[in-house]
Amino acid sequence: MSAEQTLSKSQGPATTPGQVLLEVDGLTKHFPVMGGFPFKRQVGAVQAVDNVSFTVSAGESLGLVGESGCGKSTTGRLVTRLYEPTAGSIRYNGLDISHAGRKELAPIRSEIQMIFQDPYSSLNPRHTVGTIITNPMEINGINPPGGRDARAKELLEIVGLNPEHFNRFPHEFSGGQRQRIGVARALSLNPKLIVADEPVSALDVSIQAQVVNLLQELQREMGIAFVFIAHDLSIVRHFSQRVAVMYLGKIVEIADRDSLYNRPRHPYTHALLSAAPDADPDNASQERIRLTGDVPSPLNPPSGCRFRTRCWKATEKCATEEPPLIQLSSSAPGHLTACHYPEDGITPAARKAAADALPEPRDAQD
Amino acid sequence: MSTLTQSESATAPQAGAAFLSVRDLQVRFRTEDGIVKAVNNLTFDLEKGKTLGIVGESGSGKSVSNLAVMGLHNPRNTTIEGSINLDGQDLLAASQKDMEKLRGNKMAMIFQDALAALSPYYTIGRQIAEPFMKHTGASKREARARAIEMLRRVGIPQPQTRVDDFPHQFSGGMRQRAMIAMALVCDPDLLIADEPTTALDVTVQAQIVDLLKDLQQESGTSIIFITHDLGVIREIADDVLVMYAGRAVERGTMREVLKRSQHPYGWGLLSSIPRINASVDVPLEPIPGTPPSLLNPPAGCAFNPRCAYKELVTGDRCTTERPPLAMANGHLSACHLTPAQKQSILTEQILPRLSS
Repeated sequence: MSAEQTLSKSQGPATTPGQVLLEVDGLTKHFPVMGGFPFKRQVGAVQAVDNVSFTVSAGESLGLVGESGCGKSTTGRLVTRLYEPTAGSIRYNGLDISHAGRKELAPIRSEIQMIFQDPYSSLNPRHTVGTIITNPMEINGINPPGGRDARAKELLEIVGLNPEHFNRFPHEFSGGQRQRIGVARALSLNPKLIVADEPVSALDVSIQAQVVNLLQELQREMGIAFVFIAHDLSIVRHFSQRVAVMYLGKIVEIADRDSLYNRPRHPYTHALLSAAPDADPDNASQERIRLTGDVPSPLNPPSGCRFRTRCWKATEKCATEEPPLIQLSSSAPGHLTACHYPEDGITPAARKAAADALPEPRDAQD
Repeated sequence: MSTLTQSESATAPQAGAAFLSVRDLQVRFRTEDGIVKAVNNLTFDLEKGKTLGIVGESGSGKSVSNLAVMGLHNPRNTTIEGSINLDGQDLLAASQKDMEKLRGNKMAMIFQDALAALSPYYTIGRQIAEPFMKHTGASKREARARAIEMLRRVGIPQPQTRVDDFPHQFSGGMRQRAMIAMALVCDPDLLIADEPTTALDVTVQAQIVDLLKDLQQESGTSIIFITHDLGVIREIADDVLVMYAGRAVERGTMREVLKRSQHPYGWGLLSSIPRINASVDVPLEPIPGTPPSLLNPPAGCAFNPRCAYKELVTGDRCTTERPPLAMANGHLSACHLTPAQKQSILTEQILPRLSS
């Protein structure tokens, strides 16, 4: 998190891997709830995202996981500045864009692109695939050598579609192919950061892997940084080097992939991991943590730690004092947890493996 | 065709023993574009108190075959052949009136989208009480008491007050619980759950799966659980049926199908899902291509355009001849590869990839 950043313009030198590309600090979004008669006034606020901080380095992929309503999509949309943040700052390449206007954002918009969840509603049904992909280039005044159409065809090939499909309409494609069109559209502006909001959850299982592999190839070959939003823990683990777990608008734990999945400290992360279904019948069913009830309403979140209403360790302290997101002793560097009573950081499966003293090649590698 | 039917019924367990037995089920829809062969030659059995998991992609016929069991298809454009026997009663020959007596009483269904399946106009309590009043002739007061009891059984807090709530006042997981309560109110012997957890979060999904397992233990209900998530199948199913393009391609016990799959489609499914404890450096192995259209399914084996192993089969049998569902290495699978070939592909290529 180096404070000094050269204010590189959009056409500036290519970002080097490891350099901080996106810096989000104390990001907050409250949606006002209006009510009352006869004059509407604000009666409350949905605290969708509350004081969220993270960084994304160039070429890195940060996963955002959590249940529905935890604010992960809102975070994604704030980063792309589709929403105006209530408080906090978003710095892209050292430039503060948290309240930047249309003109200021214009050069940055082409560098931060988004892939949406629903491939059926995110493509204009009245435009051909060619128009869908060339439009962003036209708007941003990008003239690739050889012309925009040629570039669009090249992009179609990159994402694994037939360039001859240039003049077809979205309805002629299947869900997986549409998602590829969405990826090609995002790539048309040579972005440095892509916010992928549940890019595979609307697809069939056999198609999901195709899209995940495509995104991973792009990340590796073009060095694009990703904010990968998903609710599926195993896909996030497969795709992201760093993972942030969100609960009710807050990041409760953020860490490197290996550290988070092998040594989770927050009880919620434990519960999520133990609830994730595993298709291997030989992986001894871990003692599953049954979370009772539902996520509370973000309209009126619990005081103190927001997870306390479903947490089996909650005490008085959790209700009165909000745990800060800090580095705990005995956690790996960069592993931040927000909990008063963290777990010892060993998953039941790992503990069992240790007890059995069986050599586990998988764990050793991780 | 006739020889094929014979071989399939020969490999099926003897009829009569099972609680629900489906034989050679065919479902066809007449549409403007032609006839959709949604389900072909589907045969399976379900014993009392057991759970059958049906896996498949969208459009593989898994929902349609179960709508046929419930008799919920549109009779005007649907033709159903074969036989469906529930506890000795032929459901395809039953009249609409008889079916009405069975539905909600002896067999019940849970749908994927609880908000769409519940009426927004009536309270949860009334929707749970209605089938109970209809089938048992209970009074309004008794039915209300029963509804409260059911809500308590499925784990809804404060059932006495929540019984008068409307569906929109419930969260997603609670709606799904309410729908389970509705389906179980008459203690059905057969429960069909059509992707009941797909729209839910993992923690809530785990709750619902646990709830179904607990309820099954209490009342001995047979469950057909439709899903595309192999992890959920592992949690709940005793037997698994894998469907592709309207046909069963694999059938066996849960452990057999998940550990010793004998079909290229099953291998594809297993290698395309990331595992929570697998190495992350190994790229996923997707199944190439897309599922076929049922208007015009590929000749021969419906999976052949996406199959990576069809070169191993001598001649062009994969594109000309449909493989029968036959016993190979412990369970039924429909593939032209010889059992020895399947076993060697499984042990040399598939299993190492899964455990890496």
